[in-house]
Amino acid sequence: MDRRRITQIFSAAAMNSNINGFLKGSIYKGNIKKICVPGLNCYSCPGAVGSCPIGSLQAVVGTIKYNFSFYVAGLLILFGAIFGRFICGWLCPFGLIQDLLYKIKARKIQVSKKLNNTLKYLKYMILVLFVIILPMLLVNEFGMSPPYFCQYICPAGTLQGGIPLVLMNLSLRDALGYLFIWKMFILLFILTASVFVYRPFCRYICPLGAFYALFNKVSLYRYEVDEDKCTRCNACTHKCKINIEVHKNSNSAECIRCGECIKICPTKSIKRNLTLR
Amino acid sequence: MDSKGKGLNLALIRYGILLMGLSFVFIGIYRNEVGIVLKKAINICLECIGIG
Repeated sequence: MDRRRITQIFSAAAMNSNINGFLKGSIYKGNIKKICVPGLNCYSCPGAVGSCPIGSLQAVVGTIKYNFSFYVAGLLILFGAIFGRFICGWLCPFGLIQDLLYKIKARKIQVSKKLNNTLKYLKYMILVLFVIILPMLLVNEFGMSPPYFCQYICPAGTLQGGIPLVLMNLSLRDALGYLFIWKMFILLFILTASVFVYRPFCRYICPLGAFYALFNKVSLYRYEVDEDKCTRCNACTHKCKINIEVHKNSNSAECIRCGECIKICPTKSIKRNLTLR
Repeated sequence: MDSKGKGLNLALIRYGILLMGLSFVFIGIYRNEVGIVLKKAINICLECIGIG
């Protein structure tokens, strides 16, 4: 097992270390939940010990009192400014699930460059529309709004929170309806797609990935290509599962820092760097 | 612009973003947004799990 996989497993376990929740079918109610975790991890997962940043952002924006969450936005800016999309590649539990599914032996589909270049903008639209604009503007008579992304799209909530809680609570099972069927459909679609396409949710849907993508070019953690050593052999580009021309754009907004390009580079011209300068 | 100038600009941008992030967090804490985050997180989010 490589370093990245070990880190992913450790991170997922740390974010979901409330074992009691899984045993009792309940969720953690302690003070640590004031803090948002960096990855997409539903706070209604029985194991979750921290808050989901996307859910929290919508929760604050959806109240009568506030139209914007400085607290959650500030944490996301700090996470993004330091790590960029390293979080997607190394820390996010839902990213780990997709990585594991992609390991299943099946005919893999390479999304064409043209389609990829179009679909990648979908996650930014979802971020703006479902996480910011709708919770701000589409409010009920009391001035409150539901977390639209969580309610209608997020597959992590269904997988990590919905399924275990519904299985262990009769009252929740009795309340199931069309929304749960819709969310199960989305979850199954994304999980199935993940077997054939590398990280479809992260690349095309995830609003958290979209937010961190804005910082990839300026984040403290970054890749640097030594132009003198690079032979432009394109080995990095061919190896990249996300269609990035690494030697030309090593800090692409789409790069999740999986590090495969670093491993494959014959001249070792791609380096990781963590610096303020 | 030479590479030294570019590096300086990038460093300034990074310091600026970090400072903005930190300021936002403190403003959010001052506005008691943390309480709302906690309240939402310690109750089962029915919308998130597909019931609400």
